[in-house]
Amino acid sequence: MGKKLLLANDHVPGIQSYAVYREKGGYASVEKALKTMTPEAVVEEVKKSGLRGRGGAGFPTGMKWSFLAKPEGVPRYLVCNADESEPGTFKDRYLMSRIPHFLIEGMITSSYALGANTSYIYVRGEYYYVIAILEKAIKEAYAAGWLGKNILGTGYDLDLYVQPGGGAYICGEETALLESLEGKRGNPRIKPPFPAIKGLYGCPTVVNNVETIAAVVPIVNEGGDEYAKIGIGRSTGTKLISASGHINKPGVYEIELGVPVEEFIYSDQYCGGILNNKKLKAVVAGGSSVPILPANLILKTANGEDRLMTYESLSDGGFASGSMLGSGGFIVMDETTSIVKNLWNFARFYHHESCGQCSPCREGTGWMEKVLHKIVHGHGEMKDIDLLWDLQRRIEGNTICPLGDAAAWPVASAIRHFRHEFEEFVREGHSVKDVKHYFEVNNL
Amino acid sequence: MEKNLQFKPETLKLIKEVMSRYPEGKHKSALLPVLHLAQAEFDGWLSPEAMDLVADALNIKPIEVYEVASFYSMYNLKPVGKCLLEVCRTSSCWLRGAEDIVRHLEQTLGIKEGETTPDGMFTLKTVECLGSCGTAPMLQCGAQFHENLTFEKVDQLVSDLRKDGARKTYFDEVTVTHY
Repeated sequence: MGKKLLLANDHVPGIQSYAVYREKGGYASVEKALKTMTPEAVVEEVKKSGLRGRGGAGFPTGMKWSFLAKPEGVPRYLVCNADESEPGTFKDRYLMSRIPHFLIEGMITSSYALGANTSYIYVRGEYYYVIAILEKAIKEAYAAGWLGKNILGTGYDLDLYVQPGGGAYICGEETALLESLEGKRGNPRIKPPFPAIKGLYGCPTVVNNVETIAAVVPIVNEGGDEYAKIGIGRSTGTKLISASGHINKPGVYEIELGVPVEEFIYSDQYCGGILNNKKLKAVVAGGSSVPILPANLILKTANGEDRLMTYESLSDGGFASGSMLGSGGFIVMDETTSIVKNLWNFARFYHHESCGQCSPCREGTGWMEKVLHKIVHGHGEMKDIDLLWDLQRRIEGNTICPLGDAAAWPVASAIRHFRHEFEEFVREGHSVKDVKHYFEVNNL
Repeated sequence: MEKNLQFKPETLKLIKEVMSRYPEGKHKSALLPVLHLAQAEFDGWLSPEAMDLVADALNIKPIEVYEVASFYSMYNLKPVGKCLLEVCRTSSCWLRGAEDIVRHLEQTLGIKEGETTPDGMFTLKTVECLGSCGTAPMLQCGAQFHENLTFEKVDQLVSDLRKDGARKTYFDEVTVTHY
């Protein structure tokens, strides 16, 4: 079993409460940072740790923090991105609902490092019960003196609030999130200026994922160098993986970066193998947006090396034969899965979630959904497959935010690796599995 | 349509509290949370009157409320049943049988997806990923996640909700059975 930094105490009874969390050593990072470290020293530890954004982009957190502008007399903000909406991803919900004080502790330590005196946790609205859990924990933290004025007598003030979203995938994009937090439609902003210069209310702002902010706690407690010893190369530390789909043990697993994908899928420590002893067909390794890979390419790289759960190994081979670690939303599909129908499912999602600001995404996602609907319902033609390819190519890179790319990549990768299935669908007008299912449900 | 719509005094107090979370002059930030409060208070949906009331409370233009309410999928701009059953249909749930759950609910309730039962008790809706992929298939009703669904669990849920008869909102107390 690998080292656990975030979920070491997740099954301790009562860990949701302040008393138990504190008894287990909680809030030590706040004490250490506020009493013995300068904000710059905290940023330095995060830099040393090699921590990369856990929301999906994988950008080095310490570097992101060091870009924060610090003009005199202008407030700075830390905003936690808890808008977890990437299909296949549910780790942040687990962490927040199971150990709410972990995130709050990370928010205090990180806010101190950035010089923010007001911070927000933006939680997707559907997680309203998680908001209730967080708000209760925040109240406890205020009562115990970890939030408010003059924390621990150090003169540092911090107010922390939870903000609910309204149900929009796009608000996981950091500038759309800021728009939403300002009470507007979630339309991403044109960058530059980046939030580090002009973010919330036009002030310098850092937006970080829940897991990223939580990781600051062990980094401050044990030091950036210790954290960086875990993992391989530039993939340091631990990562929460949300495992779902056709596996025996779906759930959230904290892994040391570097675990082989094969071990992650088949070991009883993790996914426990494929459901009903079926064969593995494909995996979407990092949330719906990342390229899908067939079994052979998810287990081994094109060069025949073991594929590892790291940023670098999962992207080995580029999009020709690789994928991405993304948010760690690990969706496993068995041999009975129709890749075409799954892609239609994804296409519907992106069409529904496009904010409508950029034409290539607004029109393109709808078009891709329609073409896939046509194929799935038995009216497809061979030229539709090329049309799909053409459509995704014209969306990628032509939009303000990455939702366009996120909608294009699943289409491109499904055609790249499973073109024969699209052709079968077009030729037969259906997939063999559907016919079997139709006979089953109608008792024929 | 209800005339002279008004927030309850305790809701108005809550709205003031929400507005105090933001810097001076940035109270428009309260719009999304206040829309949730309004929806919970006024029968689970946002009528034009309810949205105007929100605009008044926040001292912003009605159009600023409409454009936001129409952007986010949690705000209902048409009346819904007391229990809005939101079944997740995205990949991970689909792989674990979400389509069968929807079909079963359609048969049980005698309505199609998107419709409301004649008694106004249930509205059936499919929604995009609710972040419950490891406990798929699932549905949300009010704030409660119902996870690892089977036909039996769905039947039990429908019968429990019917017996209870109360409107479900995002502010309900929740039992956490799975993490």
